[in-house]
Amino acid sequence: MANQKNKLIITLMENMPIVLFVTIFIIFGILSPSFFSYKNMENIATSASYIGITAVGMTFVLLTAGIDLSVGATMYLSAAVAGLLIQNYHFPVWLALFIGVCVGAVMGMINSFVIIKLKILPFITTLSTMVAGRGVALLMTKSQSIMLPESVMKIGYARVLGIPLPIIFFAIIVLASHILLKRTPLGRQIYAVGNDIEAAKKAGINTTKVLAIVYIICGVLAAIGGIISVAQMGIVNAGFGESSEFDAISASILGGTSMFGGLGAVFPGTVIGTVLIQMIQAGLVYLKVDLYIQPMISAGIIFIAVLLDSIRTTQITKLQRRNIRNENL
Amino acid sequence: MNDVVLELQGIDKSFFEVKVLKGVNFKVKKGKVLSLIGENGAGKSTLMNIIGGIFPPTAGTMKMEDKPYSPKGPGDAMEAGIAFIHQELNLFPNLSIADNMFITNFPTIAKVPLIKKSVIKEKTKELLKSIELDISPDTLVEKLSPGERQLVEICKALSTDPKIIIFDEPTTSLTNRETERLFEIINNLREQGKAIIYISHILNDVMNISDEIVVLRDGQVTDSGAKEEFTIDRMISSMVGRDINQLYPERMSKPQEESALVVKGVSQSGIVKDINFELKKGEVLGIFGLMGSGRSELARIIYGLDPYEKGEIMINGNKIDKTSPMTSIKNGVAFVTEDRKNEGLLLETSIFENMSLAAMPSYTKPPFKFLKWNDMFNAVDKIAKTLRLKSGDIKKYAPKSLSGGNQQKVVIGKWLMAEPSILIVDEPTRGIDVGAKYEVYSVINELAAEGKGILMISSELEELMGTCDRILVMSQGEIVGEFKTSEFNNQSILRVAFRQGA
Repeated sequence: MANQKNKLIITLMENMPIVLFVTIFIIFGILSPSFFSYKNMENIATSASYIGITAVGMTFVLLTAGIDLSVGATMYLSAAVAGLLIQNYHFPVWLALFIGVCVGAVMGMINSFVIIKLKILPFITTLSTMVAGRGVALLMTKSQSIMLPESVMKIGYARVLGIPLPIIFFAIIVLASHILLKRTPLGRQIYAVGNDIEAAKKAGINTTKVLAIVYIICGVLAAIGGIISVAQMGIVNAGFGESSEFDAISASILGGTSMFGGLGAVFPGTVIGTVLIQMIQAGLVYLKVDLYIQPMISAGIIFIAVLLDSIRTTQITKLQRRNIRNENL
Repeated sequence: MNDVVLELQGIDKSFFEVKVLKGVNFKVKKGKVLSLIGENGAGKSTLMNIIGGIFPPTAGTMKMEDKPYSPKGPGDAMEAGIAFIHQELNLFPNLSIADNMFITNFPTIAKVPLIKKSVIKEKTKELLKSIELDISPDTLVEKLSPGERQLVEICKALSTDPKIIIFDEPTTSLTNRETERLFEIINNLREQGKAIIYISHILNDVMNISDEIVVLRDGQVTDSGAKEEFTIDRMISSMVGRDINQLYPERMSKPQEESALVVKGVSQSGIVKDINFELKKGEVLGIFGLMGSGRSELARIIYGLDPYEKGEIMINGNKIDKTSPMTSIKNGVAFVTEDRKNEGLLLETSIFENMSLAAMPSYTKPPFKFLKWNDMFNAVDKIAKTLRLKSGDIKKYAPKSLSGGNQQKVVIGKWLMAEPSILIVDEPTRGIDVGAKYEVYSVINELAAEGKGILMISSELEELMGTCDRILVMSQGEIVGEFKTSEFNNQSILRVAFRQGA
């Protein structure tokens, strides 16, 4: 009897993202069935794509038990550089966007270098690059907004086979990341490093390479996410990307990635986490919940996700511990 | 034909101003098992780490098959054909067995870095079969028992087809059957011409499995030779440098009349049932049982780490209504756990701070409870000297720089600072060499002579018979037998532990 109850709890804990998703889905479904129109869902998915892409990058970093607080700044910096190159220097759009993505890679490289070679904790490092990155961007743009041309905005609203381009980018990135994590040696080594970096070193894994790559991937994906977002808005504002790092982290954690490293998946995990957050935020607006209460509810849900992450590890170990006396508990 | 695979000459190594290896000469031969024995702190792990490429020697040379060998990292050692099976397992519990096996050399599809899943699954299955482990290669390591994990670790080492295999204390988590299987595997490897270095504290195993024995003491080779020339006594005296006539110090006191701890009818579903016993002041009471019999769990309940549903616990005559570590400490109970690294020590904090932890509240000054640092330091220093703790400056160095035996002394020292009247010790000499064991037993004796009550949990029956006044036997969460000193007998006690009748 008790064993069955334990098994149920373990399964629930291990599949937390899906359980959460279904629960919220049902709650909103009851409160307002019209929320689930195709148009609405598509809008949510399209606007969620940029956070999703950034969250995928964040997942890589979280898997190694690290963190990257600079993604919001990277989003802004990359978009700003691309925008300025187009607006002020008349660079061809594709080149400007490519350079924007490279900016993301450079941010990632700076993070890697400071974390790995200078041995400064990821939290402190990325906090600094966050401030520095945004500062550089504001300097470059003089805090002015940058208008983006039609050719860029096309990325935001174009469709392929009826599906909005942002969603397609998201899907491609999720697919590529999923394959990388589950089916390549690098991916397996990322999980190993996140579980126990000392054991990974002893096993002969090049932990420097692994850590450097995850931070660079995170930077690149943040840049892509930023560009896709501003493409939808048509403008790069000075406050763009602020606090996006928390959305990315929340999406990843709600999706089942553990901040302690070694546990998590891009699919279905981070995807569910992203959609969940967007759905909650959109849903609260749809239900006309008080504007000032909305952030608290979002924050509350994220708090619950982080809490469950902590509880999960303890619970699973405790419940899987063998009892000495096989009594009916 | 030279059958020497690895040769070390004049190896020196220093850490933190301390020389831990001095002029070590060492030869490993093909198809032979060489056992390396010595006290903890003698330098065995350091020597193996040098061979395994984890750090370089400060002086001296190494040659593999007559060619110079100076690895820059564990990767080099692996490529040279050395497989090192560490005492602390290096498996990743969040990955499958197959992933763990190939974590640094996955077979991939042509130029694309995609893992050939079917290939690693097949190869892993073969490897597991070769050591008769019947588990699916896709099983996550976190679902394996410690014994199974150790076998997987061995499998992993074998998968690289090494020339030399180093086993560092491989049998600590293995059952008897698993140990036998390990020895079969080692014999097979020997016949295949592989060279094996075997490190263990279990001298009987060493006598069983070795061809040659090398003894290290204080960083130097003090004795070596063919197994046939050795006896257990010779091994011990070479390790310790003096003739150990007794492994256990003389008991100099008898238990008193007054009771220190009374446990009545304590039960907790699934863990322990109806535990009744009394620990007298000045008594050393042993608790023996097979692995999984509930001894540590009982200790945790008494100390207040885990709850109990029924029963009563009385410490020094006071009935304890709500047990908790704080209550236990206030009532003079100390608990030296079996897992010193995770539960007994702050590995990265200084030795001094570690040892002052439990007693800190008694070294504070009213009204603001500021710490009396000097007094605390003097007390810690005194206890460290009494325990003959071997370390650098205790304010500067942390327990992670100490050997197992010295780490254990830090934990015991921490509790002695709290001046307990009852000491619960769980596997007090696990992973400790012969010399340090003697010192731990002496400390226990002295505490008993001072009138403290000692509850000693151990899976080494010999050790309990050598130090205790009485032994309780536990099995499946119950107390199934009690033996007084006069009744101490290997066979009888074991039979009761196995529930085979008295």
